[in-house]
Amino acid sequence: MYNYWLVVFLMMAGFYVVISQGNLVKKVIGLGMFQTSVFILYISMGKVAGGAAPIVTEGVEVYSNPVPHVLMLTAIVVGVATTSVGLALVIRIHEAYGSVEEDDIQLLDNSVDDFQEVDL
Amino acid sequence: MSLFDHLPILVVLIPLLAAPICSLFRHGIVANRIALAAAWTTFGVAILLLKEILSNGTVRYQLGGWEPPWGIEYRIDILGGYVLLIVTAIAALVLSFARRSIESEIAKRRVAIFYAAFLLCFAGLVGMTITGDAFNVFVFLEISSLSSYALISMGKDRRALSAAFQYLIMGSIGATFILIGIGFLYMMTGTLNMDDMARILPDVAETRAIRVGFAFLTVGFGLKLALFPLHLWLPNAYAYAPSAVSAFLAATATKVAIYCLLRFLLGIFGVGFSLGVMPFDMILIALGCAGILSSSLVAIFQKNVKRMLAYSSVAQVGYIALGIGIATQTGISAAVMHMFNHAMMKGALFMALGAVMYRVGSVRIESFQGLGRQMPMTMAAIAIAGMSLIGIPGTAGFISKWYLVTATLEVGMWPFALLILIGSFMALIYIGRILEAAYFGTAKPGIVVQEAPIGMLVPIWVLVAANIYFGLHTELTAGLANQATAALMEALP
Repeated sequence: MYNYWLVVFLMMAGFYVVISQGNLVKKVIGLGMFQTSVFILYISMGKVAGGAAPIVTEGVEVYSNPVPHVLMLTAIVVGVATTSVGLALVIRIHEAYGSVEEDDIQLLDNSVDDFQEVDL
Repeated sequence: MSLFDHLPILVVLIPLLAAPICSLFRHGIVANRIALAAAWTTFGVAILLLKEILSNGTVRYQLGGWEPPWGIEYRIDILGGYVLLIVTAIAALVLSFARRSIESEIAKRRVAIFYAAFLLCFAGLVGMTITGDAFNVFVFLEISSLSSYALISMGKDRRALSAAFQYLIMGSIGATFILIGIGFLYMMTGTLNMDDMARILPDVAETRAIRVGFAFLTVGFGLKLALFPLHLWLPNAYAYAPSAVSAFLAATATKVAIYCLLRFLLGIFGVGFSLGVMPFDMILIALGCAGILSSSLVAIFQKNVKRMLAYSSVAQVGYIALGIGIATQTGISAAVMHMFNHAMMKGALFMALGAVMYRVGSVRIESFQGLGRQMPMTMAAIAIAGMSLIGIPGTAGFISKWYLVTATLEVGMWPFALLILIGSFMALIYIGRILEAAYFGTAKPGIVVQEAPIGMLVPIWVLVAANIYFGLHTELTAGLANQATAALMEALP
């Protein structure tokens, strides 16, 4: 059962990083940790006590459930896509604001009230 | 099997395949034509599907011929059919409206990519609506979310970038919560098919895992549908996104999220569990009321009209949440009706703002001075759609608010009826501010503003006409909402 504790720890650590860090790149890293914890959660629940890896072999009666593994393949793809969109946005934010610190960006946003066009 | 049997997969496939084709072209105009063709075809397929559902009942489609619960099943009931119809209709109308608006707001080299992202977002929303597989909901949700982050970041203002990033963080957390919730459900039921889950769930409903899963799912969907106080991403995202994107997302994205929440709450967990065993009805009522009051109040003081309407969207989600929270047949049908009506009015309003943006170059309240004479058709559209938002008799907004007030009175919660009236009054104030500037303000001398081009006016007025039509003919929306809700409520104990 220790892996569930690992899930909780990773999830909370990732969530904490997302909330507490002002640096946008660190936020993306935290989000990645947060999503990774869910992979472990799914894979842990797919484990059947005493079950072998879900590959048909002679003489094996009990297999672990392969469905969560397959689901997590999709979730990993989603996670990678989220991270890359997030980092792409950070790059464009850096181009437009010259900073990736949340405080600086808020300061710049509040100082202008009118439209500030980015380069098109 | 004839092509006709494959309609359910076609609604997803057409936009999904058209998207990469769009991105291959360098000229925005070609991409525009492809996107238009894809959206209108999908709309046509949605109409055919709805006809099929109305005559033969729920449509089921097995992907790759794999039988559920092993394979993924698409399942479209009456409510799903109507949500599908409204999503495809709005997408087709917004795309018809979008060409000039997008050309003026987005760099030329990004136009083709814009249409590709738009179609992906559309495909995701359609998929969420019709799938009958819990994990598939998550996959389509992420397809639509990821592309909407990209769409929002294309706004002219650089604040669009920070708004998109904020939405990405909150949206991903919401989607991950939904994934965790689905995981708990799978852990206890051993199936991902929604019907199957609903069948097995009552046996294991009294376990902590199901309750935890329920909590994760509701918080996750709460984030996606911008339920107060999880709405913080929405105002900036809608305010700084390109006009066409604001119109599309405001009219469809939150509605599809609400529909998915309804399917999980009522279709899988069942009314008795979601709104009885778990105190989610009280939570929805409380958050709904707080959302109506605070967001309407904040909307009154906004200077940017797009931001004002974005806050108003959060308030409208509050009405819908209140309707679901009342948990009676009338309450839930009022919520379903308001979902449709809100899509029509916000679609029209945001498109009209797009027309103002195109001609005037700004949607700040000062720039509306005197527009009532210079852009009479656009402003009349804002006036009528605004009246629908307030809930003036003769418009669609009145019907759903009437049902909502009736629902509160039926269960004796008259303070909430009063609260709905206060909310409508506040809507009167903020819509009034726009109209006051447009009709009683004087234009700055020397600036001549032309009426919006006809290509923009037609889609706007189609939605405005729908607002009036459904305000006068209630059999369709009200009858359907009652029918669909009855089906949802009786599905499970």
